[in-house]
Amino acid sequence: MTRKTSLGGKLYTVLIFIFLYAPIAVLILFSFNSGKSTAVFEGFSLHWYEELFRDAATLAAFKNSVIIAVVSSIISTVMGTAAATAIFGYKNKLLKTSVMTTTNIPMMNPEIVTGIAMMLLFVFIGGVLGKTGTLGFTTLIIAHVTFELPYVILNVLPKLKQTDAHLAEAAQDLGCTPFQAFYKVVLPAIMPGIISGLMMAFTLSIDDFIISYFVSGPSSQTLPIRIFSMTKKKVTPDLYALSTLIFLVILVLLIVSNVVASRGDKKLAKKGGAK
Amino acid sequence: MSNNIIDLKNISVSFDGEQIIENMNLYIRDKEFITFLGPSGCGKTTTLRIIAGFQEPDSGEVIFDGKLINGVPPYKRQLNTIFQRYALFPHLNVYENIAFGLRLKKTPEKEIKEAVTEMLALVNLKGFERRNISSLSGGQQQRVAIARALVVKPRVLLLDEPLGALDLKLRKDMQVELKNIQKRLGITFIYVTHDQEEALSMSDTIVVMDAGVIQQIGTPTDIYNEPKNAFVADFIGESNIIEGVMRADFWVEMAGHKFKCLDKGFGVDEEVDVVVRPEDVDVVPVSEAMISGVVTSTTFKGDYYEIIVEIKGFKWMIESKYNQTVGSTIGLNIVPDAIHIMKKSKYSGLYGDYSSFSEEFEELSDASYEEEDE
Amino acid sequence: MKNKSSLMTRLAGAPYIVWAIIFIIVPLCMVAYYAFTDKSGAFTFDNMLDIGKYTDTIVLSVWLGLLATVICLVIAYPLAMIMANKGPKKQSTMTMIIMLPMWMNFLLRTYSWMTILEDNGLLTTTINSVVDGINKLTQWGIEPIHLINTRGAVVLGMVYNFLPYMILPIYTVMLKSDRSLIEAAQDLGGNKFDVFKNVTVPLSVPGVVSGFTMVFVPSVSTFYISQKLGGTGTTLIGDIIETQFQTAYNYNLGASLSFVLMILIFICLAVMNKFSDDDGGVVI
Repeated sequence: MTRKTSLGGKLYTVLIFIFLYAPIAVLILFSFNSGKSTAVFEGFSLHWYEELFRDAATLAAFKNSVIIAVVSSIISTVMGTAAATAIFGYKNKLLKTSVMTTTNIPMMNPEIVTGIAMMLLFVFIGGVLGKTGTLGFTTLIIAHVTFELPYVILNVLPKLKQTDAHLAEAAQDLGCTPFQAFYKVVLPAIMPGIISGLMMAFTLSIDDFIISYFVSGPSSQTLPIRIFSMTKKKVTPDLYALSTLIFLVILVLLIVSNVVASRGDKKLAKKGGAK
Repeated sequence: MSNNIIDLKNISVSFDGEQIIENMNLYIRDKEFITFLGPSGCGKTTTLRIIAGFQEPDSGEVIFDGKLINGVPPYKRQLNTIFQRYALFPHLNVYENIAFGLRLKKTPEKEIKEAVTEMLALVNLKGFERRNISSLSGGQQQRVAIARALVVKPRVLLLDEPLGALDLKLRKDMQVELKNIQKRLGITFIYVTHDQEEALSMSDTIVVMDAGVIQQIGTPTDIYNEPKNAFVADFIGESNIIEGVMRADFWVEMAGHKFKCLDKGFGVDEEVDVVVRPEDVDVVPVSEAMISGVVTSTTFKGDYYEIIVEIKGFKWMIESKYNQTVGSTIGLNIVPDAIHIMKKSKYSGLYGDYSSFSEEFEELSDASYEEEDE
Repeated sequence: MKNKSSLMTRLAGAPYIVWAIIFIIVPLCMVAYYAFTDKSGAFTFDNMLDIGKYTDTIVLSVWLGLLATVICLVIAYPLAMIMANKGPKKQSTMTMIIMLPMWMNFLLRTYSWMTILEDNGLLTTTINSVVDGINKLTQWGIEPIHLINTRGAVVLGMVYNFLPYMILPIYTVMLKSDRSLIEAAQDLGGNKFDVFKNVTVPLSVPGVVSGFTMVFVPSVSTFYISQKLGGTGTTLIGDIIETQFQTAYNYNLGASLSFVLMILIFICLAVMNKFSDDDGGVVI
């Protein structure tokens, strides 16, 4: 049931949306400014975009971010899916709660604490091994996998709960080995959860600054870390250009995924309805 | 060798210190329709899962067609299961669900097509090949599940309360259909249910279970007419279970009257449980009656009246074509054939008379009243 | 009772359990270890005692974090209600509109506020030119405003960055809660306010609690927002921790501050959970 929103309600909604988008709009607008000012628009130009694409450090950081996001999200999805299946099957209550509590820690803990905790571990191990400069690509991937894992598990677990408990047994009954039963029947059934877990892991990885900031080395800058160092300068319209591009990519991705999703629904409805 | 397809020998199962099945011995004949009947938690589903191979017994032997199959995984056993909620694969359509087992056996595509078509005809689902599982009704899903299990030609089909999710009308139709399929294919059906009516109407043999122990094995008529103890008598159909004393062979005393009966072999003056089915009690004028009592309530049931009569403090249930006035005294007769004597068991006295009937109901309505008040 | 596939599933969990122990549990032990040792690795309470110096910072962090969280709650609650009453199509559009900014890196969002609030930024210059105009016409002599590097700017940054984390959980809970309950309450003669107070609010408590934690935890531990919008005047606990690890290299002090922050937050979470449990118990 829907009720009509009052005029006040509509105004309120619009005001909040303006609040949410005003800063982004400012960024986009001034990314096309020919001057350096962020208060006065001096004329249209793509100057800052050219500048951005000539910035080797930013491009390298972007490449690092993508590599780390792809690698870490695949690792965390595989490990997390396996873990979720295992956790779901645990009969021992104590084991189940302790594993779930541990899983929740990275989500509850402030990111800064997670970041420095992992940094201390890596530095400590480096100290024991007598090496300096332990922080780099590997530690970034380990840290990303760690904070992505809970999200994968929490996306897969509900799908397992929704799945008919006898599905795997039915497959075995018809001649599947337990392993075949898992990948032929259970895996397809929980696939939506796995995919949303993977997507979430990827986005979190691309977006993460705080944890990466503490576990990265000088040679392994990610895009957010690069942005951080760029914002140390006072006025940087090339950063605006970068923001605009990121915003556009996200917008397109969101719209495409929504269209795909709704098309899928329609197709399903058609298939189901046809005799 | 016998024609037993399955032998269970000394099977015991416990879980968390709780005995689920206690030293069970059972044989199942080839091509019979056998039903495990009992209340929830009686161990019937566990027995089924042991036969299917989803669970291993703590001790005892499972023998299939003369061979020990303990430890053989489910996918290597020549039997298939219909699950409670069907467990159809949601990502596959009807055709692919049914073809699933054949695909695993690397059957040629042409044979798969023939087999699936044949199965769809058997379960009356012609033309449903491309349908999505989610677009099917409960009854249709049920049929797909049957087709999926039967297409791989199992020697034995295990059915775990397969009709539980269907409504009454559909359930009745499916009962008939299942029985027909079983006869036509000539394979063994092992059926699990808590519905005594279902068990009585479909089975060749019924195994009544409670608390992990087999209470009685027999044909539906045996079980209904000659229950071994008060549990079986109470679980199968309505019954008045009265405490009696065997005065001599063929003579039992209950409700203050000595009745002639057909049972013998009890000790003189041995205390026994007597079963009288409500439909076997005749209402007669008081002057001609063996026993008499006061009518405490009557309920119209369509083709008969259910009458509760109090006789010497025990409330009997009788079924009669004619209604009686509440408060009036009526006479009752019981012919020897309608009396069944059982030895005392641990279930004696657990199932009281029909006075609890109305009290329970009052308690229930009281409870719902309180909830509404909150 | 032996269940068959249990061994395989148990093995599937092993890599994760090993991973979780090494990279979740052990690092937290490392924090405790560093918090209670000195540079040479000897046990000491000195770091913990040093924290006394930062009491003001800790109090300020908690205060600003709470303020931002409460403002978020006040803004988010009506919006969540409006959204929950819309049709499904509008709901998904509105959810998308709210989520979209979240996908922008928070560094960029914060940075854009910095440029807007700066003395020669868009908002400040606009307001000050108005102020100037008024001053020219009148004799009021209003001081030109200053927005950046104030506590208000820090709170604004927190609210802006974390507002969606408050809206979405409340909205989700409202959406899930049975509409018929509200109708039943109206049916039983409750007026709008009664229904709101006795049905809508209690039902939304789980959403409020999770929104509260999702806003409070990052707010109280932030360092970037306070650096960019608060200037040197608004140093928060996150800033001090960051400094110990990135410039001062006093890991032991940083670890002990983190340790305190962690304990502080877990206490808050426990209190919040207790509160929601109690409330739930009374209502149902």
